[in-house]
Order: sequence, then C-alpha cells, then structure tokens
Amino acid sequence: MKNSFFGVRSGLAAALAFGLSHATFAATELTVYTAVEAEDLKKYAARFNEDHPDIKINWVRDSTGIVTAKLLAEKENPRADVIWGLAATSLLLMKGEGMLHAYAPNGLDGLDSKFRDKSNPPSWTGMDAWVAAVCVNTVESDKHNLPMPASWKDLTKPVYKGHVAMPNPNSSGTGFLDVSSWLQMFGEEGGWAFMDQLHQNIDHYTHSGSKPCKQAARGEVAIGVSFAFRGAKSKAAGAPLEVIIPSEGIGWDMEATAIVAGTKKLDAAKTLVDWSVSEKANKMYNEGYAVIGIQRLAKPVEHFPENIPQAMIDNDFEWAAQNRKRILAEWQKRYDSKSEPKS
Amino acid sequence: MAGASYLSGTRGSPLRRKSSSDDRAMRLFILVIAIYLVIALAFPLYVMFSKSLENSQGGFVGLQNYLEYFNTPSLVYSIQNSLFIGFVTTCITVTIAFVLAYALTRSRMPGKPVFKTIAMIPILVPSLLPGIALIYLFGRQGLINELLFGHEIYGPIGIVIAEVFFTLPHALIIIITALSIADARLYEAATALRASRPRIFFTVTLPGVRYGLISAAFVVFTLSVTDFGAPKVIGGDFNVLATDIYKQVIGQQNFEMGAVVSMVLLLPAGLAFVVDRIVQKKQVALLSARAVPLEPLPNKRFDSLMLVYSIIISIFILGILGVCQFAALVKFFPYNLSLGFSNYQFDLMDGGGWDSYFNSIEMASYTAVFGTIIVFAGAYLVEKGQGLGPIRGAFQFLAMLPMAIPGLVLGLAYIFFFNSPSNPLNFLYHTMTILVISTITHFYTVSHLTATTALKQMDSQFESVAASLKQPFYRTFLRVTVPVCTPAILDISIYLFVNAMTTVSAVVFLYSPHTTLASVAVLNMDDAGDIAPAAAMGMMIFYTAAGVKILHYLLSRGIESRTQAWRVAVAN
Repeated sequence: MKNSFFGVRSGLAAALAFGLSHATFAATELTVYTAVEAEDLKKYAARFNEDHPDIKINWVRDSTGIVTAKLLAEKENPRADVIWGLAATSLLLMKGEGMLHAYAPNGLDGLDSKFRDKSNPPSWTGMDAWVAAVCVNTVESDKHNLPMPASWKDLTKPVYKGHVAMPNPNSSGTGFLDVSSWLQMFGEEGGWAFMDQLHQNIDHYTHSGSKPCKQAARGEVAIGVSFAFRGAKSKAAGAPLEVIIPSEGIGWDMEATAIVAGTKKLDAAKTLVDWSVSEKANKMYNEGYAVIGIQRLAKPVEHFPENIPQAMIDNDFEWAAQNRKRILAEWQKRYDSKSEPKS
Repeated sequence: MAGASYLSGTRGSPLRRKSSSDDRAMRLFILVIAIYLVIALAFPLYVMFSKSLENSQGGFVGLQNYLEYFNTPSLVYSIQNSLFIGFVTTCITVTIAFVLAYALTRSRMPGKPVFKTIAMIPILVPSLLPGIALIYLFGRQGLINELLFGHEIYGPIGIVIAEVFFTLPHALIIIITALSIADARLYEAATALRASRPRIFFTVTLPGVRYGLISAAFVVFTLSVTDFGAPKVIGGDFNVLATDIYKQVIGQQNFEMGAVVSMVLLLPAGLAFVVDRIVQKKQVALLSARAVPLEPLPNKRFDSLMLVYSIIISIFILGILGVCQFAALVKFFPYNLSLGFSNYQFDLMDGGGWDSYFNSIEMASYTAVFGTIIVFAGAYLVEKGQGLGPIRGAFQFLAMLPMAIPGLVLGLAYIFFFNSPSNPLNFLYHTMTILVISTITHFYTVSHLTATTALKQMDSQFESVAASLKQPFYRTFLRVTVPVCTPAILDISIYLFVNAMTTVSAVVFLYSPHTTLASVAVLNMDDAGDIAPAAAMGMMIFYTAAGVKILHYLLSRGIESRTQAWRVAVAN
C-alpha cells in the first residue's frame, strides 16, 4: 500500500519520498504476527514456502504480551493478516473482541480435540503445547548448596531465597500460564498464598518468558521459572542446566493460529492456516515441542523431560482468558511494588 | 526547495526592500515547516492528552484514569524512584563533569584533547549499553562483583552508574563552555588582592559558572529521569516512570494508563526545561565584550592531580566499552570463555537480525539528510524571514518544545495519532518515514539551536544587500548562508545521525517488521535474555557512530579551511 502510494506519484515532495525503500512486487505478502521463538521463524517460513513459494511471510515477532498488545491496539485498523504462533488465551481474548475470522482449515479433523476453538467453525486452531518448566543451573545450585527442587511448593522453601527468577505475567505469556495454572491447581486462595510465599524467594521478575531460563543458563540466577522448550535449547547449547517438571503438574498454553478479521488477503491466509495444521507442519513443531496438535505423530524431543504430557494440567483456557485482566491486575497489585523506595 | 523556482525575484516595486513574491515564498515555506511541527508534535501530544482522559472504549471519563493511577501504590512509587534516580545522578554527574571540565580548561595537564574525546564517547552508544556492561562487571557472575560488597547491581545502584555514564558528556559540554568564558581580569584582580586559591575558587570561579552548573544539572536531571534504556536493562524490580510507560503499553495493553504516566513524566521534564531556558538566557548576559580569555598557569601538583583524575574517568568510560566488546566475543559467559563470533549471528535472535542494523543506518541517513534540511531551513526562516510575527513566535516555541518531551512519550503519542484510521496520514504508520519523523522531531531542539546560533553570527546586511540587488532570497540562502554555515550544518547532520543510531525511546513503539532497528534489537535481545548478542549489536552501533564521527571530523577540517577563512579575517 505504502509502496504503490509513493511509487506511482513520483512527483511527490522529496520530504515524503523516503518511505519508498522496500518495494517488492513478488507474490502475495502476508503480515504474520507471532510469538514463536526467534530462532525458529526462518525455518517455519522456509518449510511453508517449500509448498507455497508464492506466498511471502513477513514476521512480526515479540513476546506474547507484546504481540497481544499490538493486536489489540490495532483493533480498529488491523495490520496483521494471520496470527501464527500465539497463546490460545490471547486468541480467545481476541475472539471475544470479534477480531478473528472463523475458518475450518482442511485437516481440522486430524487435530486433537483440545487443539481447536470450541466454536464451529473454529476461530483458532492449535499447533503445539508450550509447557512450564523450571530451569536449574547445576553449577550454581552446587555452589549455593541448593537441593534440586521437585515441586512448585519446593520453590517456596527459604533455602531458595533470592535464587529464583520468573517472568512477569503482565508481559510474558509463560508468566501468565504459570500464574493461571497455580490458581487452577491450588485454588484461588491457595494459588495466591503460594505466590505470596514464592514472592519472598523471587530475585526478580523478567519481561520475557525465556529470560529466566537464559539467565539460569548463564548463572545469573540459579533457578529460572520458564518453559521446557527454552530449557531444552539452552541445555543443547551447553549450559549446565537441569529442566525440572514440578510434581504438582504444569501450566501450559497452546501456540495457535488464526486469521485476522478484515484481512484483504483471505485466500492466502486460508492457505497458510491450512498448512499450519498439516502433518508436515506438525512434524516441524515436533522438532522443538513434545506435545503437538496431531499427537500420534509426536516423537520424543532431545533434552525434553519425558513426563510432560502426563504433567500437563487440565487447563481451562476459557476461564483463563475471561479472568486474565483480573488476575493480572491482582498480580500487579501484590507483587509489582517490590520497587518500594529503599531507605 | 525546487518548488520555489517558478517564483521570480524581479517583479514588485523597486522601492520596497524585498519583492513581494519573495515575501510570499518565504511565508509559504515557514508555514510549511510550521505545519510540519504541528503535525509531528502538537497534534500527537494533544491526542495523547485526550487519550489519558478516555477509557479503553474511547469514552470520555475525565480524571478517572488519573485517580486510578494515584491509587495504585506500585505506580506512584515510580514517581519517587524516578526523582530519586534523577537527583542522585545529577549530583554525581555534575560533580564529576565539573572537575573534569576544570581539568580540561584550567590545568596544563597533557593529553587534554584525548581526555575530552574519550569523555564524549557515551554519546555514541545507546543507554542500554552501560547497563549491559554493568551486568558483566557486577552481576552475579560479574568479573569484579566483589567490589559491590554484597550490594545488588540490579536496581538503583546500577541505574545511577549507567546514567552517570550516559549523561556525563552532556554535562561536560555545558560546563566546559561555562568555564571557557571566564574573564582573566577577575582572576588578576583577585590575585592582586592576595586571595588564596580556594578563596578565588569560591568567590570567582564558582559564581562565574553558576548558570552553567544549573543548566547542566537540569539537563542531566531531565535525561536521567526520562531515560528508558538503563533502567530497562539494569533496573531489576526498581520501577521508574519510563519503564512504567513501557510496561503499561507493551505489557498490559493499557494505552490509556500509558498516556497518564506519560503526562506525569512530562511534569519534571517540562519543569527542568523551563528553568533551563531561563538560566540559559542569563548565561549569555554574563559575557562581556571586553573579557580577556583566561590562560591557566602551570602548577605541577595540581596538574598531575588533574591528570590522574582524567585517567580514572577515562578508564571508567573505556572500561565499559571494553567489557561490552569482551562480552560480545565470549562464547558462553561464564562457563566457556573462548572467543568467537557466534554472538554476531543476529538472525537467530530476537530483534530483527542483521537487517535491523542496516535499517538503522538507512534510518539515520534519512534523518540526517531530511532533518538537517528541515531544521536549517526552519531556523533560517525564523531568523531572517520578514512578517508573520505570530507564526514565527509559535514556530520558535514549537522548535523548543521537543527538548521537554521524552522519546517514549512522543512515540506513544505517535501511535495514538498516526494509527487512528480517521487520520489521512495513517499510511505513514509502520513505515520508515514515521521513524524518521519521530527521530527528527525528538532531536529537533538542539539542532534548531545550533542552526540559530550559526545564523545569528551572520550579519543581516547580507540579506539587505541581496535584496537591494534584487536577488531572490533563496539565491542568498544557497550562495551565502549555506556555505558560511557549513560547519553548523555538518554538526547538525552528525548530531541527528548519531542520535538516530542510538535512540531507543523515540522509536520503540513505532518500528515494524520491515523497519526493525539496531538499538531496539539491543533492547529486545536483552529482554529475551540474549545479553551477549545485545552487547555485540550495541558495539556495532558504537563503531558505526564513531566511524561517522571521525569522517565528520576529517570532512569539517577540510571544509573549514576552504569556507571559513573569513572568520580568521574578521577576527583579525
């Protein structure tokens, strides 16, 4: 749009003309918003282009909270054509705002029933489950004589004081799935009581969900509450990490796909969503994630703890999406004021 | 400028000082640039203010958001935190900068140009970079974290150290200027009256630079209160206003509250701005035409003391950079200290990869070229133009305003203004153009002042003579004004280029998938925990900015020898 505007009227004042820079006249371009880890984006686009070379993907990637914020901010004037790889709770939020274009992709029937929106046709379809996990740096925990935690409740023991980092649920999708899972597992009161205790041990809250694990990998903290994918990747990169699945069960969210209502490129968008639920796509998700939309295809992932499917709680996404705002406000009220001026 | 060619300067009555078509053209131009500032500054700010009075559905709710804000303790603490950081940073930076400026102007120590150049380095890096270096120095795995004696670098200590690094050059420039205009006659008189050195210092030196010190203090205060990079990287859970805006907008999707915090942040910045303007005016008045420049006398003990001090400051600055470069090259700190370039694989990280680096260079180049044209033409029309008094007054005000607007606030205002579907300029959203506009506007004031100062040095007779020779104004402008002001024009373009490379706050809300930027990539990589690649990208920004700066130095020496010979002639 901007290119044709500038390109056609070449006589426009020079002061305006510097918008003309990325003129590409190739195939259909889709603007795709995503929270998929940055290192996977090129792979995802390349695999898709093997089958559909005529559709170019322009990624907009950020943390879950940021992508969600961007989409909501642009509600009146959407920039995205497709969302590929965003938390199902965020997509449910958007569905409630009427921002998604319901569509039943070819191959919908093959998906595990959990991995789709309940409405018909569904507003979104799932790709893979991204599950909470605890990254423990073995070098640092030895240094500080920390026992290996086995459960969430273990993390509230005084011995871990100042050694734990976790993501701020306001910006991080991982942070939110942790908090919402604790509230579901331990009940509303028990969940907040647990977090009150955990807060005593938290060294700091991070903006992104991968950061606590990467910090644990570097030894900047001993224990990072993060997600299994990140832990497995850092371990593969040579970090002295142990990836723990707490015994009470783990929160999880789905990475999911949806078409943004009002897109001018509906056909290309449908093509992408069709592909996103295909067997080929699912095998691709399986390279990083143990639990995928077509679970019968799933193979074990290296460095991934094996007991993940059993540990995943029966997550109520509708509840989480509906209560998201309230939970985040309560969390902020309780824990975001660690910044009280110190005397 | 090409649009003016249809206007002929030969028409009009010979009795008038200027031809009327000339006047009309000038008025047209000043109107165009004034409209630019209104669109790029006044409208967005107004829209943001009105957003702060709305709920998320767009309904008017009066002061409800403000009430909610002041009833949320965690948000209100940030006001105290920001003021605390600003106050402490100001005290430390102004003290350090004063002593260094004193060493550079009042001692005979060797190596002054070297020390001055090193002290200017922080201007060439994003404010995120000192934060990253501090993590490597004083973090849990820090190289010298014992020096903190168990204190935590994440939080106020880290923020203040990073802010001191970041603000030092700004304070130093102002204080050096203030110290340079001292009148040697006062010192002679004091010495003749047998005043002791300390007494001279407190009765002559300090009063002489008091306005410079106040001005430096307010600049540092504003910079450190509105800076976003340092608290983002090293602040831990110590929230400040700038990070609150980011969290509200990015993390919580609460744009209205972001607007409220922005309005709160405008207060200290605006206040500092007003005080600074008043003080700046007084500083000029101190200059007497008959003042004699002060030549410092050698004093072995004092000079070596100053030398040691300058070396310490230089080690601090170079150390921060060195640590970042080291961090960028180490494979897996702290467990594998072998060196390599694996952290430069930006394409595997958040932030947009190597594209963002080249986008930054592109964006900085556009900002330098178009920004210089807009700023210089605007300053020229305000200084030399005739008529349209009220519009020129308003223009002058608008040109000074960006100094008081934090970059994050401007960026948020741009989201509100440019992403509204009803705005005909909506097509600019998510383009390179909006990044350029935002950056030019954010750094407008200093550029404008530089241009104005240069123009004021030119005798207005040039214009009168040209008019009497019936030359159209643009010919005088292109043949006389621009060549004479070349050094200033170069200064402005370099200032804009460097700041466009390093700024995070003015662009962090506005980049798009096509226009990711290096400085934002540093932020995003750090956010994702990829701190070593963040350091690597930060150093890429430094090398680029430094390279351009060196180029500028060589270029301006060449140009000055060709075009500025008249200055020597005038001085003689």
